Amino acid sequence: MQDKDPTPNTQHQKPKTQTKFMRLSGLEPLVLNENSNFVNVGERTNVAGSRKFLRLVKEEKFDEALAIARHQVDGGAQIIDINMDDGLIDGKEAMVKFLNLIAAEPDICRVPIMIDSSKWDIIEAGLQVVQGKCVVNSISLKEGEEKFIWEATQIKRYGAAVIVMAFDEVGQADNYERRLEIVARSYDVLVNKVGFAEEDIIFDLNIFPVATGMEEHRKNAIDFIEATRWTRETYPNVSVSGGVSNVSFSFRGNNVVREAMHSVFLYHAIQAGMNMGIVNPTMLEVYDDIPKNLLEHVEDVILDRRDDATERLLDLAETFKGIKKADTETVQEWRSYELQDRITHSLVKGIDKYIVEDVEEARQQAEKPIEVIEGNLMIGMNVVGDLFGSGKMFLPQVVKSARVMKKAVAYLNPFIEAEKGEQQQAIGKVLMATVKGDVHDIGKNIVSVVLGCNNYEIVDLGVMVPPEKIIETAKAENVDVIGLSGLITPSLDEMVYLAKEMERQNFNIPLLIGGATTSKAHTAVKIDPEYKNAVVHVNDASRAVTVVGDLLNKKKSKDYRDKLKRDYDEFREKFLKRKKKKSYISLDAARAKKYKINWETSTIVKPKELGIQKLTQLSLKELVPYIDWSPFFRSWDLHGRFPDILTDDIVGEQATQLYSDAKKMIEEIIAKQSLKAKGIFGLFEANTINDDDISIQKKGKEIGVFRTLRQQLDKRAEVPNIALADFVAPKESGKQDYMGAFCTAIFGADELANSYKEQQDDYNAIMAQAIADRFAEAFAEYLHKQVRTKHWGYGANEDLTNEELIKETYKGIRPAPGYPACPDHLEKETIWELLDVEKVIGVSLTESLAMWPAAAVSGYYFGNEEAKYFGLGKITQDQVEDFAKRKGITIEKAQKWLHPALAD
Amino acid sequence: MKNIWNEIEKRILVLDGAMGTMLQAYKFTEEDFRGERFKDFKVPLQGNNDLLSITQPHAIKEVHAKYFAAGADIVETNTFSGTTIAMADYEMEHLVYELNYESAKIAKEVADEFTEKEPHKPRFVAGSIGPTNRTASMSPDVNDPGYRAVTFDELRIAYKLQVEALIDGGVDVLLVETVFDTLNAKAALFAIEEVKAERDINVPIMLSGTITDASGRTLSGQTAEAFLISVSHIPLLSVGFNCALGANLLQPHLEAIANKTDFAVSAHPNAGLPNAFGEYDESPSEMAAQIEEYLKKNLINIIGGCCGTTPGHISAIAEVAAKYKPRNVVVSC
Repeated sequence: MQDKDPTPNTQHQKPKTQTKFMRLSGLEPLVLNENSNFVNVGERTNVAGSRKFLRLVKEEKFDEALAIARHQVDGGAQIIDINMDDGLIDGKEAMVKFLNLIAAEPDICRVPIMIDSSKWDIIEAGLQVVQGKCVVNSISLKEGEEKFIWEATQIKRYGAAVIVMAFDEVGQADNYERRLEIVARSYDVLVNKVGFAEEDIIFDLNIFPVATGMEEHRKNAIDFIEATRWTRETYPNVSVSGGVSNVSFSFRGNNVVREAMHSVFLYHAIQAGMNMGIVNPTMLEVYDDIPKNLLEHVEDVILDRRDDATERLLDLAETFKGIKKADTETVQEWRSYELQDRITHSLVKGIDKYIVEDVEEARQQAEKPIEVIEGNLMIGMNVVGDLFGSGKMFLPQVVKSARVMKKAVAYLNPFIEAEKGEQQQAIGKVLMATVKGDVHDIGKNIVSVVLGCNNYEIVDLGVMVPPEKIIETAKAENVDVIGLSGLITPSLDEMVYLAKEMERQNFNIPLLIGGATTSKAHTAVKIDPEYKNAVVHVNDASRAVTVVGDLLNKKKSKDYRDKLKRDYDEFREKFLKRKKKKSYISLDAARAKKYKINWETSTIVKPKELGIQKLTQLSLKELVPYIDWSPFFRSWDLHGRFPDILTDDIVGEQATQLYSDAKKMIEEIIAKQSLKAKGIFGLFEANTINDDDISIQKKGKEIGVFRTLRQQLDKRAEVPNIALADFVAPKESGKQDYMGAFCTAIFGADELANSYKEQQDDYNAIMAQAIADRFAEAFAEYLHKQVRTKHWGYGANEDLTNEELIKETYKGIRPAPGYPACPDHLEKETIWELLDVEKVIGVSLTESLAMWPAAAVSGYYFGNEEAKYFGLGKITQDQVEDFAKRKGITIEKAQKWLHPALAD
Repeated sequence: MKNIWNEIEKRILVLDGAMGTMLQAYKFTEEDFRGERFKDFKVPLQGNNDLLSITQPHAIKEVHAKYFAAGADIVETNTFSGTTIAMADYEMEHLVYELNYESAKIAKEVADEFTEKEPHKPRFVAGSIGPTNRTASMSPDVNDPGYRAVTFDELRIAYKLQVEALIDGGVDVLLVETVFDTLNAKAALFAIEEVKAERDINVPIMLSGTITDASGRTLSGQTAEAFLISVSHIPLLSVGFNCALGANLLQPHLEAIANKTDFAVSAHPNAGLPNAFGEYDESPSEMAAQIEEYLKKNLINIIGGCCGTTPGHISAIAEVAAKYKPRNVVVSC
């Protein structure tokens, strides 16, 4: 039997080139090969090196301690060093606890861990809880060969690399010869006695300070550099490491000089073969940017080039003392304005930094704290309102203004409450709710914020609110307006139902309707006739303020309501008249005109991977390139195509600001993993049966049936009446065809939004939801691409830019139930059953078949190159009855769900 | 005894297929599982497949023989759950040594019979070491991410007992398989190294991970290469993947490690992905065709089947494997 352990290097030949490379791992690999640069070890998670980290561990604030680790990894640390050696901590317990917590954070534990302790029991405890290949920091011959061998043997069994300190029974190596002596002996023991893999050995050759004024320290840096060179030439497969900041210890307080020293030292040490180390990246000057005379003086010291090098550098250093990098914030001019102007400026610009300070100043000047709100703040908000009304400010800005306003009011509230009896008089009370069965609330939240900052009191009942609760709350709170929101089609019927209830219970307040599927037409035709009071369709937040203002204005209100009623009456009449012109053909006639694919010649590609797969480990980072930004801007009422919108004459500046805020939040979301992507998809054998149904099979056994709907609009003879089923080969064709289904979702958006709401930060709360929505769509796009190119594989050769993706220039479609090609939400249930969506990834369906979490996409995959998106349009009663029969449900149930698509 | 190190250089070795799938066909009842010896045992025993090595040894031998007859070079012992940790479910911790010893012994008996009949094709027994039902680097409690249901030392001790019994029973190879948490596997490797050092032997080790996510990671989150690096500190006979995926889905992960390791590469995929009823239904010829893709790319030294595979699958796979040369193990200098 052969042993794979490295063969001892007994010949004392000096191999010139490296043949083995250290390979470490966290969740991802880290290989130090000839192409890798200097590996930087993050050291802020070291109680000896960071006072903050020590405090956090002592106080058991592990969440914050984790944030430090995350920050290191985000900042580019390729390994993180963890050290819990402190007299006041139970080092072993803290090490295990912290490493266990890190293991649950994929964005931290993707990098390898360096377990750092001077105590063996802490090192071993650490090795027992990390799955990846770690580095042990450190062991040495300090306490003799026996202990050294035993520890190295254990480390080898645990599967870690090791840092060996240049230290032996005599002491620490402090000159060139001693370093060589200890390296040679350590190497020999490790490789020849323990059988340690040489590429897993890292020598720490002790970096000591220079320019201390002591003669024996003069060669500290150059000895390290030369010992490094010898070590890497003699043992090319080992690594050399060290803590760089030591070298400049004598210049503490003079960062300009220290940073120059670090970079000069590294420049030479790396050339000599140092390939790993602890360097604080913020304490490093770019070598080429070091002023020439400083560079020369520093190199004289590091390389020990002159007898008077230290004195000369000390003299020069004096001139750099106290110089800080240009980081002091320039005090903005506007801070010198009058108080009111400063408050207005903060509100208009959405700056919350100084608002508390300014409001406090205003409070001291005012007789009562309430005056600050009614006076200073309202003056500012009126400017905001005017600018918004005249189109000079945009929604994202207004929401930011609201954030500042909220912060100011939150500050003032305790003072106001202290003076009892005072209450801020809202000009009206608005109840806002997303209706039963629906979970979408971005639009509703935006309208709430905008109304809120125009001094309306908002009673927000949230999402999935049953009608009884809306009615009850409206009465109990005595509200002046009810606003309803919904995104999915079943919500439309909920709104109609609520209007009827308000009528039945003799309500006398206006009803606002909003949300993506709502329309003026639907409001006029279906809702308005059910309720004698005003019903207004408001689909953009900027209109909400004026509409509500007019509705509640005591003088104008009656006229305005009458005008609205007349307006909607007229609209309805026109709409119904126009609609009458459309005519429909029977379902049978429509089927005769189906979209015909020639199945004899059409290419059918068998999926490479039939069956169901899930994705729960995907990093959001991978989804960023797939984000379609245009809808993101639309959700903020900024209209235009991305990226042109960024340079648009009117909204460009705002769009750019919004875009940069969004990107910042995305970075944070990725760093903190505050959102999580989960997806599932399945690819199946499929054939169309009975014209409009698609039978899903596994090995010829039917495991589900998708029911599709067919266009019935009377069209020209040559234009087909399409159903999705037309894109799958019918059973009669004798061809085995395929289709797929999927669901992608983003978890955590609600929690994230709420964390912002708690800080009175509606701007970021809405931003978080909008971003989660974009991620869910991006995930669907990403997954579709993976399916086309890999799992199904018919598009294996496609190479499209992201723009082309968004324009959907690829083959195949992914229509979603509830959208134009298949407005029927019921088929989601079929997808859920087929893929077991709820059980596997946790996305559930509400009673109205909205998905929860709201940031989710589900749909089908059709791979035929002729498959295309289309709108179903309206269908007639015969199809509803046929559908009910095929699906085995009552006609009433089918009617209820197909209602929005039904022609009357 | 012929040496597996020699055989693996000559040809692609074929590992057996699923044990559980084959045992289902016997439709053993609770009484059958108990046998005479455990007829009054305090907990229900149906489903404790490892126990069948003691109570229905003829069935286990029959399955081993079917796989050898189908062309397998290596069969796995019926000991996937043979640790004190996994056996705790049946309160049979005290029987772990015996279960492993007997399973190894009967498998070895069958192997020796076949080797005697066909000396040119020596047969081997791999001691199956499963992942246990606990994870050392993940918390089962979502609200307490720092919690662990099992420690490294608990795993190490449990694995050590299993390893000693398997070796005493006569296995030729140890197979640490279905690794979904690399830390569990590292504890198993640690235990094996201890036994090797204590007995001064060098038993070959096969190690096989499991990729469970369509993004290509283990359950504990590692990429295929990170997994490989994390287990390469011990000299292995082979490293590879098994279970969770069908042959076609496994291919990219095999490719990810094949050119990064000096160890032999193994694969024992499932018979496709489970269908909506949890059944595996990729046919022998379908699976063999997928596996031929590996062989064409010269990725493999050891090939077999996991969930849902039968002697039919192994026979088809062995037939294809015989046509190809084993992957060249590039020994680094």
